[in-house]
Amino acid sequence: MNHSIFIYILIAAVVSLLIRALPTTLLRKEIKSTFVRSFLYYVPYVTLSVMTFPAITEATKDPKAGYAALIVGILVAWFRKNLFETAIMCCLTVLVIEMFL
Amino acid sequence: MSVNDHSLKIDNNRAELLRGLRDGIPIGLGYFAVAFSLGITAKGIGLSPITCFVTSVLCHASAGEYAVYSMIGAGATYVEMALMVLIANARYLLMSCAMSQRMHKDLSFFHRLFMGFGITDELFGIAIARPGYLNPNYMYGGMLISIPLWALGSATGCYSGGVLPENLVSALSVALFGMFLAIIIPPIKDDKKIGLIIAFCFAASFAFAKISAFSDISGGTKTIILTVVISAAAAALFPRKEKE
Repeated sequence: MNHSIFIYILIAAVVSLLIRALPTTLLRKEIKSTFVRSFLYYVPYVTLSVMTFPAITEATKDPKAGYAALIVGILVAWFRKNLFETAIMCCLTVLVIEMFL
Repeated sequence: MSVNDHSLKIDNNRAELLRGLRDGIPIGLGYFAVAFSLGITAKGIGLSPITCFVTSVLCHASAGEYAVYSMIGAGATYVEMALMVLIANARYLLMSCAMSQRMHKDLSFFHRLFMGFGITDELFGIAIARPGYLNPNYMYGGMLISIPLWALGSATGCYSGGVLPENLVSALSVALFGMFLAIIIPPIKDDKKIGLIIAFCFAASFAFAKISAFSDISGGTKTIILTVVISAAAAALFPRKEKE
């Protein structure tokens, strides 16, 4: 099947906007269901975890560098909590490790 | 909230806009670096820097855009694309719900629409941290500086992806995952169950990637299935009682 990049991006843009703006425009009441609230609470952690591993080990030239970046990333995130710092430290780890492999 | 709330007064708007611009600078710089890595991914599937820039302005989401590019790369169906974007951005639905609770009842539809459009992990974070009703101008200030930097970063990454030496591209391509880790890891300190769930997700995702029986399922669909199943299981096993 032939897919158009334009339609792909249009779909992505519309869905992204709906997710972000439907509650702010329509929701005037609080969500009461504990299950729905809990589900929404866990979704970001699950999605990001699933997207990170094993993909991080496949993004680098050598999987070992990806594994090292994963470990460094977890440690920096844990101790420093900083988004930018964590991202940069992961990059540096890969750069240094791949120099020696 | 008190009746003498000042969040919607005109004289306050310029100050809130400037404050938003100021607070948006560090966020925008971080975005530039991470979006650069995203641009390299987009280059890999053959997108142009212009396409990258437009997509980044419209979607401005790390996981969301990564999902968009991997779905395009995999030649996914339009339905898969819509579902994947929905799942990858589902956390914004929760943030949007939280923001809706902090908006003045008289706030216009268009303010609500544009504020919702601006939601990212970081912009939501700084906006919700302000006291009282949310002032749209604060959000707009943050958006005005950080979203263009995000789009510029991805276009630059896309443009230079083929120019940079291979070892630099390899290193920069993990910046995005570093950002994901910075979002999921720190909350473990306050809620140990999240650590358990993350470990389980890593194992399940690894198994899905390696077991050949699943090799016909696209990467995006795996993410959707795993997210819905694991989040529902977590919500059933560890329901959250407290109101935030």
